[in-house]
Amino acid sequence: MLTHRLLPIDPQTGRARDLRSLAAHAAAFGPLPTPPSAADGHPGALIEAIAEARLCGRGGGWFPTARKMQAVVDSAAGRRQRSPGSRPVVIANAMEGEPASGKDAVLLAHVPHLILDGIQAAAATVGATDAYLAVHRGTPSIDDLDRAIAERRSDPVRVELITPPARYVASEESALAHWAGDGSATPVYGDRPFERGMNGRPTLVQNVETLAHLGLIARHGGAWFAEVGDAQAPGTTLVTVGGRVRQPGVIEVPTGTPVSELLARCGDVDGPVEGFLTGGYGGAWVASEALWSAEWAPAQVREAGGVIGAGILWALDAGICPLHEIARVATYMAGESAGQCGPCRFGLPSVADDLTDLARATSTREDLARINARLALVVNRGGCKHPDGTARFIGTGLTVFSEEVAEHLRGGCSASRTGNSLPIPQVRKSPVKRAGKDFR
Amino acid sequence: MSKHVRRQLHLDPTLCDAHGFCAELLPDLIDLDEWGYPVFIAGGLVTDIPEGSAGEAKRAVAACPVGALRLTKHA
Repeated sequence: MLTHRLLPIDPQTGRARDLRSLAAHAAAFGPLPTPPSAADGHPGALIEAIAEARLCGRGGGWFPTARKMQAVVDSAAGRRQRSPGSRPVVIANAMEGEPASGKDAVLLAHVPHLILDGIQAAAATVGATDAYLAVHRGTPSIDDLDRAIAERRSDPVRVELITPPARYVASEESALAHWAGDGSATPVYGDRPFERGMNGRPTLVQNVETLAHLGLIARHGGAWFAEVGDAQAPGTTLVTVGGRVRQPGVIEVPTGTPVSELLARCGDVDGPVEGFLTGGYGGAWVASEALWSAEWAPAQVREAGGVIGAGILWALDAGICPLHEIARVATYMAGESAGQCGPCRFGLPSVADDLTDLARATSTREDLARINARLALVVNRGGCKHPDGTARFIGTGLTVFSEEVAEHLRGGCSASRTGNSLPIPQVRKSPVKRAGKDFR
Repeated sequence: MSKHVRRQLHLDPTLCDAHGFCAELLPDLIDLDEWGYPVFIAGGLVTDIPEGSAGEAKRAVAACPVGALRLTKHA
């Protein structure tokens, strides 16, 4: 069964093929059938195929894509005015907000036309008149993407490349719709993008991996898509495997593949690993033995205590202090708050400071209790899920590495060496009180 | 009839500026956190208003200087 669907492999090199040119793309994947569109009076055909495929969004939420698209269609149908200003919009999300993820970049660099196919299919299905491809500012593939878009002169909907700032929360879907409309990449509270997104228009925001799958479903149908993978969330999926493995990188596997096999595909772990980070910095830590035998599918990973999110699996080197890593990431995440909501703006930095002390082994039991109390206080109180994800990252970390926490409270640290593991982006920031020019 | 009406208070956390009048008017429903921001005691950003507190809830909405609170009524 072919499982290199999004990223065809070159048999000579064993690497993903470079399909950046339209000619190479067409030769590899075949032509994109004209999607049945709202304009033809057949808006539902592709949505039915996506429902049959049971395709779930690969940006992190794993929400059923057919339901999201139907919500955009319904929202547009419910509008009284039919002015162009109320027609749906499609935004393809290639922001790669999670610093430990690499899959969006791999798709952009190898199969940009498959993403653009998916955008066209999605736009036809929801009746969108405008489409955007969002890559964060400074993305290396921008010139290639410009060329790829320019090659597609016969596309019914013109795709505009947009470059929001490379901030963690800027890749959140309401923030992207906000940026596309008003030029500010801060999350919006209240309005849901599928109802009122960019400039109040029904807006479909989909991760580029989801759209690339859509480009294939438009060709081969929903039943074909569901031939491989987990029963509930079938298909293949991209996983960024990092940390203490011999060959870190992005791999494509059927959902439901055992974690042990994902690691084997990346040359296996290269030394002792006590815990894995799943889902990224808004994700969850899981003890090594709990995850090892689990299958990489949303429900199974959740049962093991983790979260797939945008498809991140990071093996933390047991020689490195996990609390040091947690404190570094917490400090980064605190700095990535848009500063709109009090609990996030004040809560996350205070927790990050306490975690830094804990990592230095200068904390007391009272300090630890304060961390836990504040973590409980930032959850379910934000306009977006940034504080919730960060609290889960920290809370699961303190549980999984509880022995190391106890060691630090005794003033020790069992790390055999110093050094950093998880990547922290260098973001140039001006000090802001409230969401300001950093997000423009 | 009126006992079937469900009143709910909604907080927009992106607007809230920690003035704290809501917690003063509705101490049974709202606490303030250590930074002065309201915490719905029942959790979340939407909280049920009991029959007897409807008047105070309206006053809290009116008292918020940034319009971060909103009341809804469902039959």
